[in-house]
Amino acid sequence: MDGTMLPEVTAVGVIIKAILILAVISAIAGFGTYIERKVLAFMQRRVGPNHVGPYGLLQLAADGIKLFTKEDIIPQHANRLIFAVAPAITAATAFIALGAVPVFPGFTIPFVDVYVPSIASDVNVGILFVLGMMAAGLYGPLLAGMAQSNKWGILGSARTAIQFLSYEVVTGLSLLAPIMMVGSLSFVDFNNYQSDGTWLVVYQPVAFILFLIAGYAETNRTPFDLLEHEAEIVSGYVTEYSGMRWGMFFIGEYANMITIGIIASVVFLGGYNDWWIFPGWIMILAKIAFSFFFMLWVRAAWPHVRPDQLMWLCWKVLMPLAVINVVITGIVMMAG
Amino acid sequence: MGLEKFKNRNVGTQNYKKLDLTHPPKSGWCRFKQVASRTFKPELFVGLWVTLREMINALFRGKMHTTQYPLEKLPISPRYRAIHEMLRLLESGHYRCIGCGLCEKICISNCIAMETRYDENQRKEVSEYTINFGRCIFCGYCAEVCPELAIVHGGRYENASEQRASFSLFEDMLTPIDKLNLQQEYQGFGAISPNADDNIKKTPLAY
Repeated sequence: MDGTMLPEVTAVGVIIKAILILAVISAIAGFGTYIERKVLAFMQRRVGPNHVGPYGLLQLAADGIKLFTKEDIIPQHANRLIFAVAPAITAATAFIALGAVPVFPGFTIPFVDVYVPSIASDVNVGILFVLGMMAAGLYGPLLAGMAQSNKWGILGSARTAIQFLSYEVVTGLSLLAPIMMVGSLSFVDFNNYQSDGTWLVVYQPVAFILFLIAGYAETNRTPFDLLEHEAEIVSGYVTEYSGMRWGMFFIGEYANMITIGIIASVVFLGGYNDWWIFPGWIMILAKIAFSFFFMLWVRAAWPHVRPDQLMWLCWKVLMPLAVINVVITGIVMMAG
Repeated sequence: MGLEKFKNRNVGTQNYKKLDLTHPPKSGWCRFKQVASRTFKPELFVGLWVTLREMINALFRGKMHTTQYPLEKLPISPRYRAIHEMLRLLESGHYRCIGCGLCEKICISNCIAMETRYDENQRKEVSEYTINFGRCIFCGYCAEVCPELAIVHGGRYENASEQRASFSLFEDMLTPIDKLNLQQEYQGFGAISPNADDNIKKTPLAY
C-alpha cells in the first residue's frame, strides 16, 4: 500500500464496518444452518428442509420465528446471572474476533475517493487477538454448563475444559511457523506475503493440517463435537437452554466456523489476492465457502472421537508435530 | 439335559470360541507402526469420498432416497390390513353382504355391530352396520371369515379424522355405485405387493 492512499480509518467507518460485520455474519451464520442441513441431507441421500419457501430457503425465517417466540426458561437452581450472560459471551466473542480479520481486498469508493480497507481494525497483533477472542469464547460453554445445575451441563463444561486444554496449544504452535516466515502478526501482512501467488500452504502443509484439526476442535465441530454430543450427554452445555439464548450459542458457533474459514484462507490459502482471472474477493469467498463446506463434509463422513482420544491426539501427536515443524522452519530460515 | 449349563451366568467360565482377531501390538515399535499405518492410511479420505459419492448420486443421478410422503406414496401390499371396504356384486351392483353375521361373531374386539331384517323378497338386508374403529385391532378375522368376500381390508391407511365416525358407517365403506368399475377384487392372503419386482435387490455381499 503506497503512501498516497492512506486508509481512511475514521470512527464512522469503523462503526459502519462493525454494523456490517454484525448484520452480514449473523445472517450468514443463520443461513449456514440451512446449508448444513441441506448438505448433510444430500450426503445421506435425503432431501432436507424443502417446505418453507422455494427449496426450503425460508426455513431460516421459520426457525427465527420459532426461536424468538419460544419460552425462555431459566431452571430453578441455576445461577441466573451467569446463565443469562454465558450465551452472550459466546456470541459476542465470535463477532469481536471477526473485527480484526480482513475479508476482502481494500477498495476505493467511487466519486468520493475514499480508500476503504476491508477490515474493521488492522491490529498489529491480529492473529493473537483473534485466537485470544475465540479462546475466550469457550468461557460461554464452560460457564453455561456450570450455571445450569444439570448433570449433563456439568459434563459438557468438563468436556469444554478438556477440549480447551487440548487444542489451544496446537493452534498456537501450528500458526507459529507461518508467523515466523511472515514476521508479522497482522493478517494483512500475511495476505501481502502471498501476493506473488504462492500460497503459504505449499511451504507449511503440516502447519495447515494441524491448524485445521485444532480449528475444528476450537469451533466444536465433528469429529471433536464433544461439548454437546447428543448421543452421550444429551445436549451438554446447552441442555437447559431454550429460545434465543440457545440461538445465540448457535450463531456464535457458526460465526466461529466462518472465522476459522477466513483465518485458514488468509493465512494458508493465499488470502484475497487475485488468482489467474479471478479477482481477490471472489477467490476469498470461494475459499471460505469451501472451508465451510468441508466442515459439513467432515461432519457427514467422520465419527466422533472420545474426549480422552482428543487429549491424546492433541498432546501426544499434534503438539510434538507442531514443535518439530517450528524447529524445522527455524532451521530452514536460518540456513536460507 | 438339565438346565445347569444355562444357569451358569459367570461370564468367562464357559467355553467361548474366540474369533481370530488381530493381536494387540506387543512392543513399542509395533505400537508405533500401528499408529503410523492408521495415520497415513487413506481411510479417512475413503470416508470423505463415500459421502461425496452419495451426494453426487442423490443430486445428479436421481438416487434420492426420500419419498415425499403426502405428495407421493409407495404402493401398498394387498395383504395390508387398513380400513375395511364393503364390496358390491359386479353384475347387479348390489352389495355382497348377505347379513350372515359371521364377522360380528368372530370379531375378537367386539367392534362390529350389525342389524339385519328380511326385505320384501325375503332376502337378508343389512339395515345397520358399523365398525367401531376406536376398538378395531385390524386383525383381519372378519375379512377371513366372510363367505362372500363382501368385507375386505382396503388400502386406506390415513386414519386421521375429526370424528371417529367418519369411517365406520356401512355407506362409507361400501364401494360407491358410480365407481363400481374401479372396484378392486381382493387378491388373497398370499398376494404380493404391486411393486414387488422393483423391490428385488441383489444381496449386498460386496463389502
